[in-house]
Amino acid sequence: MTSGVSRRDFLCTSGALVVSFITSPLLERPASGQGPFATHPSHVDPAKLDSWIAVGADGLVTAYTGKCDFGQGMFTAQTQLIAEELQVPVDRVRLIQCDTSITPDQGTTSGSQSTPTNFNDSGLAQAAATAREALIRMAEQRLGVPAGLLTAANGFVRAKSGQRLSYGELVAGQRFNLAVDPKAKRRAPEDWTVLGKPVPALELSSLVTGQFEFVHNVHVEGMLHGRVVRPPAVGATVVSVDEGSVRGVPGLVKVVVRKNFVGVVAEKQPQAVQAAANLKVIWSRGGGLPAQKDFYDYIRSQPSRDVMMVDSQDVEEKLAHATAVLKATYCHPYQAHGSVGSSCAVADVRADNATVWSPTQSVYPTRSGVATLLGLPLEKVRVVFVRGSGCYGLNGADTVSYDAVLLSHAVQRPVRVQLSREDEMVWGENYGAASVIDQRAGLDGSGTIVAWDCEPWAVSLGGRPGYDHPGNVITGMLAGFEPETVTPRPPSQPAGQLRNGNNAVPSYVAGCVAGKCGGCGNIRSERVLFHTVKSPFFTGPLRSPLRIQNTFAHECFMDELSAHVKADPVAYRLRHLRDPRLIAVLKAVAEAAKWDTRPSPKLDKHRDRVASGRGVACVAYEGDNGYVALSAEAEVDPDSGRVEVRHFVAAQECGPISNPAGLRNQIEGGVLQGMSRALGEEITWDDREITSTSWSTYHSLPLGIAVPLVDCVLLNRTDVEATGAGESAITVVAAAIGNAIFDATGARLRQVPFTPARVKAALNQRG
Amino acid sequence: MSTISINVNGKVHAVDVDPETPLLYVLADELHLRGPKFGCGLGQCGACTVIMNGRAVRSCITSVGGVGQAEIVTLEGLGSAGNPHPIQQAFIDEEAAQCGFCLSGVILTAKAFLDQNPKATDDELNQALRGVLCRCFVHVRMIKAIHRYAQGRRA
Repeated sequence: MTSGVSRRDFLCTSGALVVSFITSPLLERPASGQGPFATHPSHVDPAKLDSWIAVGADGLVTAYTGKCDFGQGMFTAQTQLIAEELQVPVDRVRLIQCDTSITPDQGTTSGSQSTPTNFNDSGLAQAAATAREALIRMAEQRLGVPAGLLTAANGFVRAKSGQRLSYGELVAGQRFNLAVDPKAKRRAPEDWTVLGKPVPALELSSLVTGQFEFVHNVHVEGMLHGRVVRPPAVGATVVSVDEGSVRGVPGLVKVVVRKNFVGVVAEKQPQAVQAAANLKVIWSRGGGLPAQKDFYDYIRSQPSRDVMMVDSQDVEEKLAHATAVLKATYCHPYQAHGSVGSSCAVADVRADNATVWSPTQSVYPTRSGVATLLGLPLEKVRVVFVRGSGCYGLNGADTVSYDAVLLSHAVQRPVRVQLSREDEMVWGENYGAASVIDQRAGLDGSGTIVAWDCEPWAVSLGGRPGYDHPGNVITGMLAGFEPETVTPRPPSQPAGQLRNGNNAVPSYVAGCVAGKCGGCGNIRSERVLFHTVKSPFFTGPLRSPLRIQNTFAHECFMDELSAHVKADPVAYRLRHLRDPRLIAVLKAVAEAAKWDTRPSPKLDKHRDRVASGRGVACVAYEGDNGYVALSAEAEVDPDSGRVEVRHFVAAQECGPISNPAGLRNQIEGGVLQGMSRALGEEITWDDREITSTSWSTYHSLPLGIAVPLVDCVLLNRTDVEATGAGESAITVVAAAIGNAIFDATGARLRQVPFTPARVKAALNQRG
Repeated sequence: MSTISINVNGKVHAVDVDPETPLLYVLADELHLRGPKFGCGLGQCGACTVIMNGRAVRSCITSVGGVGQAEIVTLEGLGSAGNPHPIQQAFIDEEAAQCGFCLSGVILTAKAFLDQNPKATDDELNQALRGVLCRCFVHVRMIKAIHRYAQGRRA
């Protein structure tokens, strides 16, 4: 692909006839149908089977999905899904991902929602099941054999008599013209032959041989190169731009200024780099930043928007009568997505239409944002997903798409924008939010927890732009749109049902709201008050957003409680859990790790030598969207303060597993990404600006480390719905490592990352 | 601007660019190669790596004017999907990729190092990979793949 590929191109090559898309996607677009997500209309009507599945005259199956792959394995798993439901080999399926001209609007690919959305009885899976049943009904008519006596297999519908018709013969170049049938029967997991099997990523050979096209490789005829010039300080605004300062730069096409957005366009990329470096812009000073060393106190001093998640209203009373009350505070920094490739996008904006090749997770919301930025009608904007560097959440993908659009708009020619590393790290992405979490718990005489009180404080500014808020990412804000911010508000009492999407509610409490207890534990006296305050920096979802922060606090505090009563950390957890799925993964990890059952810390009189210990943590991701437990064996060097993890064992249950090979890859990667975040990653700043600007100041663990062993135990359950899987394991890593450090040394780390300096300080604070 | 000849993946290309241009931009923008990628532009991550006369170099901080007649090999020059190089095959066998953006740095750094140091210890190999980032953290599989290649090489 070198430029836009229309739906027609795909269908021509697959031999199908889908007449509603026969012209340029920006022309004559059918306006029928509503998008699946409330008020956002999409021309690709998700209620119609033809929006999802097309079978060509050659029998090739083309499927259209609104959930895209950026390395997490969704391309392969969805291809398996189609192959399974339609009973064709994987290599007879062509999956088209995320293009506002041709795929259904499935919002954003995020939040471990792709599997629940497209692999249960909805979305892509339900469409595929509908298609299989439709093919059988067509064969029923053609062969005169009752549907019950027909089976679909290997691209044919067959009768027991031996008669058969290929899918290509059945569809004969026609559309289905059917609605997606919510009652179409999915193939049962016990009958699966493709889904549930370990299929290596379909793009693997293409990746390792350098053939795969990333968005960074998109070339459009006549394409120019753009770079952006960002403010030197948070809050700084443009005072003046001296275009004369770049007049001599060869190849310069234009200096572009729109409010506080500044960029340059040149014929070639190095010319754009030079122009961006040379351009003299006078900026206002900016508003200054709160001191990083006091930041966690600062957070707590800000006006907050409060949500009472659970409140049994007896916590203070129970704490007053408890045998012992423990308190602790946990701190988690801002962290970066830090995609290895700085973000890139290509836009071709003309007088009355625009096309954007974007690594966004959200093609339809991005289409809305681009339409707003340009003042174009929605239907005149096309956003095509092209994979970028792995994103792990809201990296610079959306912001760079806006950058490309603004620059292309100014020159009315296609423009490719490549962010620099500093652009990406300082003025590109929406950071994972900093958080401070206060914990209190009361124990009775037997050591059982009788009350748990938790107050997390998290920061927020902007976020995913969605359909309505282009100012939620940096470029939108620079161009004059306001980001969503925090409106302070006192808490209302919890109502409805427990919603634990951020894992603010610990696993060990009952989670009772309006008389219904949706938590995973049995502690009935519970209170969780969640505070959100305005962030000085843009924030957004970063793999397991706030779930990691909260789980770090809960699972370390649980460890502190078990140590206080001299109980084994696994046994103590089990004592307070009632959710069978969470219990199952915890037991599985203890068994696989040959868990050494005893209280922490390990008694070791030799404090001057390298100490080793084991820790555990577990979570029901988002309360019910994936279950994971993790053990970590770590070594702590008291001289250097360095922590090295030797062995992780993860046990995960996510319902029926779509692809165990992909799942293992996600668990292994999640665990080690979590280790890097726990041991070294932290955004830093001075009084005006971010100072973690590159890989020399933002510390990611490189490939050349002593890589720990990572064992995975996969619990496959086919009697429940599929849950998310890609964000579960990372959620418990910091806690498991922190608990292992405590077990090894008796020193408790309550602040991420566990840098050598913090580890040494904690060691020195031991009694 | 001046015309510069470079030898990439066994072919000589003449390009009309400023000699100060980073080699990466020539490979990506002029020759439309997909293997070497812009990661940081600072030589810190490895995504732009190519092999030049047997050594792994960071093309984002290498001026095209200084390349001369050196033989440059990019990730796509090593082997193809139909006929992958043994180290690429090892990565396929171990399923050692997620997003895959970092692979030029990982594969070419390891290959160049092992070709020059076939008896390297694990510590020496780790040292060679100190400046290579994979942010999906496919470390376990990548190290297995590199060891598989190293063993095959010795056999």
